[in-house]
Amino acid sequence: MTDSVRSALEQDGPTLERVDSHLNPPASYDLADHPVPTGREEVWRFTPLKRLRGILDGEASDAHLTWETSLPAGVTLSTITTEEARELGELPPNERPAALAVALAGGAALLDVAAEAELDEPVVLRLKGTSVDDLVWGHLVLRIGAHARATIVLEHTGSARYCATTSVLVGDGAEVNVLSLHDWDDDAVHLARDGIRVGRDARVRHTAISFGGDLVRMHANVEYAGPGGEAELLGLYFADAGQHIEHRLFADHTAPNTKSHVVYKGALQGQGAHTVWVGNVLIRKVAVGIETYEENRNLVLTDGCQADSVPNLEIETGEIEGAGHASATGRFDDEQLFYLRSRGIEEAEARRLVVHGFFNDLVRKVGVPELEERLLATVEEELEKNVSHGGSAPASPRGTV
Amino acid sequence: MSTLEIKDLHVSVDTEDGPKEILKGVALTIKDGETHAIMGPNGSGKSTLAYSIAGHPKYTVTGGTVTLDGEDVLAMSVDERARAGLFLAMQYPVEVPGVSVSNFLRTAKTAIDGEAPKLRTWVKDVNAALQRANLDPSFSQRSVNEGFSGGEKKRHEIAQLELLDPKVAVLDETDSGLDIDALKVVSQGVNRFAEAGDKGVLLITHYTRILRYIKPDFVHVFVDGKIAEEGGSELADQLEAEGYDKYTRAAV
Ligand SMILES: Nc1ncnc2c1ncn2[C@@H]1O[C@H](COP(=O)(O)OP(=O)(O)OP(=O)(O)O)[C@@H](O)[C@H]1O
Ligand SMILES: [Mg+2]
Repeated sequence: MTDSVRSALEQDGPTLERVDSHLNPPASYDLADHPVPTGREEVWRFTPLKRLRGILDGEASDAHLTWETSLPAGVTLSTITTEEARELGELPPNERPAALAVALAGGAALLDVAAEAELDEPVVLRLKGTSVDDLVWGHLVLRIGAHARATIVLEHTGSARYCATTSVLVGDGAEVNVLSLHDWDDDAVHLARDGIRVGRDARVRHTAISFGGDLVRMHANVEYAGPGGEAELLGLYFADAGQHIEHRLFADHTAPNTKSHVVYKGALQGQGAHTVWVGNVLIRKVAVGIETYEENRNLVLTDGCQADSVPNLEIETGEIEGAGHASATGRFDDEQLFYLRSRGIEEAEARRLVVHGFFNDLVRKVGVPELEERLLATVEEELEKNVSHGGSAPASPRGTV
Repeated sequence: MSTLEIKDLHVSVDTEDGPKEILKGVALTIKDGETHAIMGPNGSGKSTLAYSIAGHPKYTVTGGTVTLDGEDVLAMSVDERARAGLFLAMQYPVEVPGVSVSNFLRTAKTAIDGEAPKLRTWVKDVNAALQRANLDPSFSQRSVNEGFSGGEKKRHEIAQLELLDPKVAVLDETDSGLDIDALKVVSQGVNRFAEAGDKGVLLITHYTRILRYIKPDFVHVFVDGKIAEEGGSELADQLEAEGYDKYTRAAV
């Protein structure tokens, strides 16, 4: 440990000083701290509030999604109270939907992976909604014991207005792969906040995959409970006509020598397809020796799409290993298309190859072999919707880069 | 039998100040078994001719005809032209991230033959073609042209030429930027292709050094969007000695 790391640790001790990040409103369980947004707030300015269908009013509801689970040995699922969930050390809500979900879900589902368990097959939670008329509040805690190795897949299908907070508590030295798949029906509305606390020397990969739904807005937030933790945040999304898909990332480097690596890639096609990616990174004073990199790439396939991409980096210490970000939104590359077609490959097939290629490296990184094929197949299906329209009309994305 | 016939071809590109004519009446006939070399100064329109034959959307044909064995090439889409038997080795091959060379080659071969190649022999064929182009078999797992050196990109074009086996190959400065070993590899590839008979080759180049390895039947001097002079391979030697001066001055 370098001297600077030691002194930083001593200064801050076990409780972190509170940093008022202008990008991230302070976390709190108190609903009064999260007033109903007007749409002008920095964190809400991209979201079409009307299409949330009243979720933010916070009406009580006891509707549920149906759960189908596959739990390998060493994994248990139980119900705990809201207080118990809080005491486990989850990340408190940092916005109204997450606070509402905790307040109104009436307790949490706790998925426990025993310490040192090495799961040889993934935990699968299949959540299915029946109708967008159902308002469902969800509170889920995934607790991975120290030195355990696990892959956890959360699938969302069907329809609902689903507002959920999911806490991922990763024990010291554990290695966990969490995959959240949003394959909703066209009319679903999903607000999600995944809060991840990374234990000392633990490694977590979190992948968000968004295909379906009318509006999906998802946070993935990371904090570190001790030094040496690593978080890889991956995302793949595909927005069709009229869809709003919003991903907000926050890597809060609360401990020294931690790493965050963010890669999100999205494709857009059809009138009114809108994607938002906001990647916030905060490097606190204590977080010396950290490394962070975030990247967002968007591929615009047709006219009439909008991809917003906003990386933000707040740095309070310069004593770091590295920090960088990249953001690019581009239309379909006609030269690539021409090259492939000049080898006899038909236009639709050439487009398919290029889009596959765009997502390929990411799909391989996800690291859940069972899902790789299916992801590529889903990309294929999404493309089918557009291929019939053909055309490579130039798009003018209003990318904020 | 294959004949590529270009008659009075006029081509323009869109610029900010409106369309600009680049090709100003090109006439050229390539019969099977013939190798034609086109030489000309920078900016004279050589790549424009190559791209126009292949159907690049940037170029607008404003007059003239291009036919392959009597079929109207200009009426075909880019991929139809390739399936009809045209191949363009590009001056700047395009990178396609995430698409493996092996997947790309198989997809192209399937498109051109109208059926998937036999799996067992295909892998062997690919490896052999890569090897002859002096590319390690590991290239088949890499993304198309991504991170390839300039020379590797050109040799990859030649491997494709061999595997896709078109009727007429247009090679746009495939010799540029190659060291002497790579130049030999590329030349041998082109010669193997040409010697298979009933093939036409249109070789665009700046340099006579490749003509030491590939013997053209005809040499055309290309200046200001059209052919200024035609001759046999002796014309190449003359160009090497005298340059394009005499033609460019005439064109002004
Ligand atoms: N978009 C454009 N706007 C204006 N001029 C253009 C445009 N595209 C091409 N040109 C011009 O067309 C001419 C022919 O270009 P081309 O690439 O065909 O030349 P070339 O003979 O292949 O040259 P080189 O030997 O350098 O490869 C050049 O003068 C070029 O600047
Ligand atoms: Mg050129």
